Amino acid sequence: MSNDIRYLTPINIDIKREKYCRFKKSGIKFIDYKDADYLLKLVNEQGKILPRRLTGTSAKYQNKVSQAIKRARHLALMPYVGDLLK
Amino acid sequence: MLSFLGNSDCFRTFAPLINFYIMNLYETVFILTPVLSDDQAKEAVQKVEKEIKSLGGKVQHTENWGLRKLAYPIQKKSTGFYFLVEFSAPGTLVADFELMMKRDERVLRFLTVKMDDHHTAYSEKRKVRLGYKKAEA
Repeated sequence: MSNDIRYLTPINIDIKREKYCRFKKSGIKFIDYKDADYLLKLVNEQGKILPRRLTGTSAKYQNKVSQAIKRARHLALMPYVGDLLK
Repeated sequence: MLSFLGNSDCFRTFAPLINFYIMNLYETVFILTPVLSDDQAKEAVQKVEKEIKSLGGKVQHTENWGLRKLAYPIQKKSTGFYFLVEFSAPGTLVADFELMMKRDERVLRFLTVKMDDHHTAYSEKRKVRLGYKKAEA
């Protein structure tokens, strides 16, 4: 008796989705450090800034994102270290 | 004439003067201690505004975010009164202003940011969204 689940066709694990910069796409020019709820999207559940390779953000806006998150942390709008933020 | 412009000594002497007349937009967010009463907090904000005026700046906009929970404790306090002040000022003001904020014991934290064009456009939109200002036709 094996508990393995068997599929008739092998499931395609890596569906390649085209990454894009969300700021370029939606035309956001300024990333607000006061808007902690929005910045929470760009951070993992420990409060670490998500890398570009995961979010697809362009270099120009990644710089601004990191700047905004660091400002928000300074003003205690976001934690430096967190747990289960999401 | 060109040699006059290219003279770096000349530029160095006049740079502070030129700087004085260029007004920039700045935005400061600061946190006041929760031990203050509402009146005391208001008084502290008025003092900040007065300080900006006395240093040659002009307050454009003030916002009170009220008592908010801090994401982490600062000076063993877990809440604070958040305020935002937008002002136009010459660049020479900022250092003096920040020194004054540092000396003020009621201020837990502050951050002054120079507003670029995108920031200014965003803040105008934000003011309309939050109802501080009516939308321009």
